[in-house]
Amino acid sequence: MTAAPSPVAPLVTMTDVDKRFPGVHALKRAHFELLPGEVHALMGENGAGKSTLMKILAGIYPRDSGTILVDGTTAALTSPRAAQELGIGIIHQELSLMPDLTAAQNILIGREPRRAGGLLLDEAALNQRAADIFASMHLTLDPRTVVGGLTIARQQMVEIAKALSYRSRVLIMDEPTAALNDAEISELFAIIRKLKAEGVGIVYISHKMDELKRIADRVTVMRDGETVGTVAAPDTPVETIISMMVGRKLTDDVAVVPDLSAAPVALEVRGLRRGKEIRDVSFDLRKGEILGFAGLMGAGRTEVARAIFGADPLEAGEVFVHGKKATIRRPQDAVRAGIGYLSEDRKHFGLATGMDVRNNIALPSLSRFTGFGGVLRESAMRTAAVDFIGKLAIKTPSERQETRLLSGGNQQKVVIAKWLLRDCDILIFDEPTRGIDVGAKSEIYRLLNRLAEQGKAIIVISSELPEVLRLSHRIAVMCEGRLTGFLPGGASQEEIMKLATQRSAAVAA
Amino acid sequence: MSNAVSQPVTSPFARVSGAQHRLLAFASLILLVVVFSIASENFMQTSNIIAILQATSVNGVLAVAATVVIITGGIDLSVGTLMTFCAVIAGVVLTYWGMPLPFGILAAILAGALCGCASGTFIAKMKIPPFIATLGMMLILKGLSLVISGTRPIYFNDTPGFTQISQGSIVGYFVPAVPLPNGVLILFLVAIVVAFVLSKTALGRYTFALGSNEEAVRLSGVNTDRWKIAVYTLAGSICGIAGLLIASRLNSAQPALGQGYELDAIAAVVIGGTSLSGGRGTVLGTLIGALIMSVLLNGLRILSVAQEWQTVVTGSIIILAVYIDMLRRKRM
Repeated sequence: MTAAPSPVAPLVTMTDVDKRFPGVHALKRAHFELLPGEVHALMGENGAGKSTLMKILAGIYPRDSGTILVDGTTAALTSPRAAQELGIGIIHQELSLMPDLTAAQNILIGREPRRAGGLLLDEAALNQRAADIFASMHLTLDPRTVVGGLTIARQQMVEIAKALSYRSRVLIMDEPTAALNDAEISELFAIIRKLKAEGVGIVYISHKMDELKRIADRVTVMRDGETVGTVAAPDTPVETIISMMVGRKLTDDVAVVPDLSAAPVALEVRGLRRGKEIRDVSFDLRKGEILGFAGLMGAGRTEVARAIFGADPLEAGEVFVHGKKATIRRPQDAVRAGIGYLSEDRKHFGLATGMDVRNNIALPSLSRFTGFGGVLRESAMRTAAVDFIGKLAIKTPSERQETRLLSGGNQQKVVIAKWLLRDCDILIFDEPTRGIDVGAKSEIYRLLNRLAEQGKAIIVISSELPEVLRLSHRIAVMCEGRLTGFLPGGASQEEIMKLATQRSAAVAA
Repeated sequence: MSNAVSQPVTSPFARVSGAQHRLLAFASLILLVVVFSIASENFMQTSNIIAILQATSVNGVLAVAATVVIITGGIDLSVGTLMTFCAVIAGVVLTYWGMPLPFGILAAILAGALCGCASGTFIAKMKIPPFIATLGMMLILKGLSLVISGTRPIYFNDTPGFTQISQGSIVGYFVPAVPLPNGVLILFLVAIVVAFVLSKTALGRYTFALGSNEEAVRLSGVNTDRWKIAVYTLAGSICGIAGLLIASRLNSAQPALGQGYELDAIAAVVIGGTSLSGGRGTVLGTLIGALIMSVLLNGLRILSVAQEWQTVVTGSIIILAVYIDMLRRKRM
């Protein structure tokens, strides 16, 4: 279904690809085309089918029907190995490296050069081959470095090198910048441009609009398992792409800052310290206020949140809740004081993913549902869960659904419900919309606004400036473990960035 | 909307498959029984069935203890020697000190709970990995049993009712046609109580939650240390019951016994479909697993298969059971 024949012969042409999983029609006659030397962004909300389509291309899933041409010839793609042999490499969202091995050992795993008639491994040749690949990427990295000690960005480079070592001409990247800071993203983009110049076709799955403008040549948008269309990235306004994704227009609201001068202080933090991560952090949070925490990666925002919550220890500092001093050494102390923490990593820190919605919501409040002899009152738990499913509009077939089967936005709502049920009136959100698609994002935003209107005191930590600006009544900016300043709700991105990069003299010394 | 389901890779059949595994285990049990009854007419004799159940009682109770710990994602290697230690404690209280029977029973169960609490504390508070903590506990208890008893068996001849704990038959007293030994009755009672605790109480819910995602539970403001210690304490007190059962059957506390029982218990748990990585498992599965093991041993013995080969078969069954579990998870 390609509109016009491309001037260059495409590397990959996928036509009418169909795929069903039990209960879900994941791909409905989807199509996709990749040219050599192009960066082709693949966009769509979670569950739109982009990952599935790419996993089929990488041989991870078999397709039900449809044709895939690689270099103009039909490809079976029955296994990841078969895809690799055709030069198709994929870099997964979760890195799949062995942290205790060196970069070179990771790259050439399973294909180690041998010596002494195949009896011994040839470390020298191994390192040389890895070094050659790094050189071709213009990357300075010692192949003998143990991967676990590298930054996420560098680990990603090793992943890319690994994919290239299979002589990949098609490289699929699934949200490669999710865990990278701005400098690291630039480094990644530099490498992508070099690969592009060498004729490698790159499929780039991402949620971030600004990145598209910087790196992509073309954009294909998917929705509900179908290909909505392919457009040229530089000439298409972001709004058009978003409306293709969600099937409707999104209005970019700005936070309406209410007058909170009369509102009582809900949380008072004084002189938090821990080594270089948290240096003398103090702030107030009023009832009904949304306080945004902005800053670069590693500025110490998550560290402050976890310390207030008692998840990590502190060297010094006091926390007052509703004017009373709270001694918080463990999360359970914080929860008792009415503070809830919503981690950015819901799967590891927020949810027991193997358990159902009902039990996840009730988890911190089980004592309330315990009757005579420690027996749980299941019907009361169900009522509470159903109540929150309705109130927060959680999309789930039932309250018995395992939470791992929910989308990111709905998982986040389950975590919110969990704290609301526990009567927490101070909520700390760490990256509240990470991994959540565009449509569900604005729903989470509206939910946060509503919670603030109801008098909850809210902290929002976010690396996305538009998100901070969209939500915050007041913005606290951190840099290198200290609070560098507060800004009012309507502040500009430039003002925030200035404070976020403001290194104090004491730190520099 | 399709949004409700994130990645379609995962199927909604996880629960069903767990039930399937138990069904499969149960079907294998039935199959074994049928095969052995055809192979030997002695197998289906009431006395043999009773013998099988009686032989299951100790391992079954230990396996139930191991199950609760394994569901939290932990492991307890000390169940076997803890059982012996509790038996020795009962011996000390009843035979050395000459106290009445209820005190002996209470002492054994309390000793078990205390040791379980100690293991739990090492694991939860001192952050020692369960494997190491309970390995240490296993050796400590083995040594203590020998020290306390002076390496000699302690006999319960002065406590006439003691053998009745396992050998007597309350059921047989009321229904003479069914001479079900008390040991088996106790196994069933323990299983029912623990199954109830696991499915209906906060302790049970936290047991599964800990195995599913311990950090998420901690960050939910739950005192994970306390609940973990509670789980090991529960397991320990169940081992105390096992200690009473084995001592009653042998009419003595044999201090050198115990090591090796933990592996049989873990084997029964695994055959019963409980995942060693935690988060899922059932007492019913464990019971079936324990029964499969004793039926197999009994049947092979009746068919005069050498004991060495019986062990080989048990090992193979374990590998097969875990392989089936892996197949099930791969499909998810």
